[in-house]
Amino acid sequence: MLTRANLFGALVFVAVAISALFLPPWLVSLATIAFANALVVLGLVILWRTGLVPFGQALFYAIGAYAVALIGRYTPIRDVFVVVLAGAVAAGVVAYVIGFLLARYREIFFAMLSLAMSMILYGILVKSEALGSTDGFHVEAGSFLGWRPQGALRNLALFWLVLGFCAIAAWVVGVYFRSVAGSMAIPMRDNEIRVEFLGLSVDRLVHLKLVISGVLAGIGGALAALAVQHVDPQMAYWTTSGGFVFVTVLAGAGSVAAAFVGSLAFELVRSIAVALLPGAWQLILGSALLLTILFLPEGLGSLYSRLRRKPAAPKEQPGGPS
Amino acid sequence: MITAFAIFSDGLVYAAYLFLVAVGLTLIFGVMKILNVTHGSFYAFGAYGAATAVGIWFDRGLSDAGGFLFMVGVAMLIGLVIGLILERGILRLVYGRDEVVIVLVTYAAFLILEDVIVLVWGPRSYPAYQPMVSAGSIDIGELTLSNYDIGLVVLAAALAVAVWWSLKYTRYGRLLTVVIFDREVAAAYGINVKVIYTVTFIIGAMLGALGGAVMAPKISVTLGIGVEVIVLAFAVVAIGGMGSIEGALIGALIVGLGRAAAVHLMPEIELFVIYAVMALVLAFRPYGLFTQPAPRKI
Amino acid sequence: MKHLRWSLALAAGLTLASGASAQQAAAPAAPVKLGIVSFLSGPAASPFGVPGRNGAEIVIEAFNSGKAPAPYNTVGLGGAKIEIKWVDEAGSTAQVVTEFRNLVQRDQVDAVVGYISSGSCLAVTPVADELKALTVYFDCGTPRVFEEKPREYVFRPSSHATKDNTAAARYLIAKKKDITLFSGINQNYAWGQDSWKDFNAAMGVLAPKAKADKVLFPKLFQGEFGAEISTLLTSKSQALHSSFWDGDQESFIIQSGARGLQKRMPYVGTTAESAIWRLRDKMPDGTIIGARGAHGPLAPDNALNTWFKGIYMDRYGTPPTYPSYQMALSLLGLKVAWEKAQAAKGGGKPTTDEVVKAFKGIEYDSPSGKVKMALGNGHQGIQDTAYGTYRFNKRTNQPEVVDIVRYPAECVNPPSDKSAEEWIKAGMPGAKC
Repeated sequence: MLTRANLFGALVFVAVAISALFLPPWLVSLATIAFANALVVLGLVILWRTGLVPFGQALFYAIGAYAVALIGRYTPIRDVFVVVLAGAVAAGVVAYVIGFLLARYREIFFAMLSLAMSMILYGILVKSEALGSTDGFHVEAGSFLGWRPQGALRNLALFWLVLGFCAIAAWVVGVYFRSVAGSMAIPMRDNEIRVEFLGLSVDRLVHLKLVISGVLAGIGGALAALAVQHVDPQMAYWTTSGGFVFVTVLAGAGSVAAAFVGSLAFELVRSIAVALLPGAWQLILGSALLLTILFLPEGLGSLYSRLRRKPAAPKEQPGGPS
Repeated sequence: MITAFAIFSDGLVYAAYLFLVAVGLTLIFGVMKILNVTHGSFYAFGAYGAATAVGIWFDRGLSDAGGFLFMVGVAMLIGLVIGLILERGILRLVYGRDEVVIVLVTYAAFLILEDVIVLVWGPRSYPAYQPMVSAGSIDIGELTLSNYDIGLVVLAAALAVAVWWSLKYTRYGRLLTVVIFDREVAAAYGINVKVIYTVTFIIGAMLGALGGAVMAPKISVTLGIGVEVIVLAFAVVAIGGMGSIEGALIGALIVGLGRAAAVHLMPEIELFVIYAVMALVLAFRPYGLFTQPAPRKI
Repeated sequence: MKHLRWSLALAAGLTLASGASAQQAAAPAAPVKLGIVSFLSGPAASPFGVPGRNGAEIVIEAFNSGKAPAPYNTVGLGGAKIEIKWVDEAGSTAQVVTEFRNLVQRDQVDAVVGYISSGSCLAVTPVADELKALTVYFDCGTPRVFEEKPREYVFRPSSHATKDNTAAARYLIAKKKDITLFSGINQNYAWGQDSWKDFNAAMGVLAPKAKADKVLFPKLFQGEFGAEISTLLTSKSQALHSSFWDGDQESFIIQSGARGLQKRMPYVGTTAESAIWRLRDKMPDGTIIGARGAHGPLAPDNALNTWFKGIYMDRYGTPPTYPSYQMALSLLGLKVAWEKAQAAKGGGKPTTDEVVKAFKGIEYDSPSGKVKMALGNGHQGIQDTAYGTYRFNKRTNQPEVVDIVRYPAECVNPPSDKSAEEWIKAGMPGAKC
């Protein structure tokens, strides 16, 4: 069963990778950003399964992006694999350090504290006139192990790079979900004390989740910086975090794949809304979100399981009496 | 000396603004446990409504004091209508769902309302400065203070007392306190929690609109004012303790005075002083200054 | 065109949705498609986005009907009518870049005109060069666009922000020869920080004895300025520099007016012109008015200006503000370049590379005077600018700008071989005033 799921996932990724050759270039660029953002969403799914929702995940996203941009600005290193890993490490280290504080918080307080952290980074970036303040600055084009594609080829290469990272992340997160630490998510949301009675430290489990989601957001930010070729403090602003939470709820916490489908769907809906009604696209976006929440309570991911006439997993716990 | 006085007076004015903006948010959170992003829309609708009202009133050349009351009345009426529509039309459908999902529902409503503002008022800004200008100013030493600002401080203080008094001494207030404390026990005692929810949400919406209305004469009412207010109100409420009225007051005072001190003494840190205070307070008092941690249920 | 089935369906759906199929509409000359990007939502919509959009709408209508004054009275661009694809600039930089790619690759526009935020311009520039897409910026002010690297497909006929602040310093010193102390209040983001840096440096060169006292950078869209006003009230400054715009500018003027700040120090607003029609008698007399160039009431008296003001007033009921002027002059520049390229090849639709070649270094007339594409290797325009002093005329009940001083382009802009910052620091060598 597990191997079948993995095999199926691998097939889908290969199919998507090949299809990029035949897709119009604008769609490839849009999907590149959508999938880079999907990594952040994947990190949020990990936290959400435990009932935690940070309103400041853009903190790690911006750190990953700025790490790539700063390396390009101040060092001769251009290799995309090196810079993306550097972004991941930078975000991971920050997540580890502030995790000591954040892991003690739950519910809305967790959300607000992470919001405060990201807004402090935003304030610092806006103050950094050497880095262009709110205008941000250009990110140097990367090389792929010495290969420097140009133009359309570069966009394809970037898409495959993003896809590669997505495949690895999806696999790793899948493994994590089935591990002891990962499978504690739902029990932790339902009742932390019972989990502690099992001899596990809840704070430590949360800390681990924070680091994983921070690393994922860092990779997402690093890839987005390479794709957009520009970074600015807006990447750390709370509306960016809000956008990620938005996509997470749209996608649902049901499965790993939902994060990618949800992120792509979000970018497409937004892009179509902007093209159709340039003056009222927020109205369309808001309505789409509202309808999803009302009629697809478990997110887009549940569509698939519904079609297969199976109950969606994991079961949503009503927020009422417990 | 003059600087100390200026910090104090500026801090009070800013705190009054923050309290007026945050009180509706904290009330809704306290009773319904909803972090209401739509609060920014209430503020914006209040401000737009007030600006329109001021335009109508002063174009006719009617009296100044009446203009202020008319402006506040129109704004609160708009708050009532929108609050009712949202609560009955949308929120009612998602009660009992995950808290975050409800936040997202209010976020979706906020996005929609942002565009509704454009559809109703168009993408231009509205000045509504007449009440502020006609209120005049007084000189205290080197400083000139606006009477309208002083009025805002008085209004905020009066509102704080009124809310506190009605929670403590009115029947509805006591019912609310019970619901805030434990919603299941309240329901078990036969309190109609549904009605309480509807009424609370409408009051919260009207308070949000009131905040927008009284600020309208000071600012240029333009698109996007709601977004700015949301995070500010969240920060104040998180510092004071989510759902606590005293907390919102103290949070507003801390942030207001802190920011005024930063502007006068260390302008470079002004940009993140609010978030630094919030992170600090949460680091030492995880649930804010005025809430007790919820008991952990086994 | 070998698409996978589902991708084809998706792409077809999107193209249909975006109205790209209208391309096939039969016309004498195939229409020219322009993507026009401007803020249609958010706080920048009302002061910049919508006036820019309005300016584009009426100017393109005039082009299409061939009713613009000579020499712009040909139909559309070289006989081909213009079709507009509107895009909202609001959203993250990633979204702005994605939408730019969509315009060029999905909607196949012939040129993109737009962008207000400097961040958008900096992010779009490398993509425009990568896609070889003709792009004309109309409002964004950062000098960095052409200073960091030579650009090929990007043009900006409206001048950048340096001249706003060097001219403001010159005007202030001419009005107050004995100035010793000045303050600044600017929004805490790149535009505000750069504006203050240029103004302060120019003051250092032109009036070395004058010192900056209070330097305030409130948060963007703060709206409440009580503490800032108190700080300024305790200062003995003789002038207050500000690059505030729209909401923040109007809020600040109303709040500081109520507390008598302008009686002590006049407000030097580099974008103050956009506020005068709404604030009217609440804008204090004596305020120094800038309009990011010789736009609006500072515009020269010429036939193009009369025409532009006239059609704008007729349609929208208010006079055009500077973003409308900037949009108009950007579109005029595109038209001049397009028709020059068309003439050079002897008719027919010019290619992007031909228009780019024709665009470089042109000079042409606009409602706000002559535009010279003199900087950035012929990609960046310069223009004369002007400053004036505000007065509300109680008799006519209308705002007025008096004591207008004009500054030639070469007086307030850096030469083509120097960056703005270096030039001011070096004492503005070669400035011809």
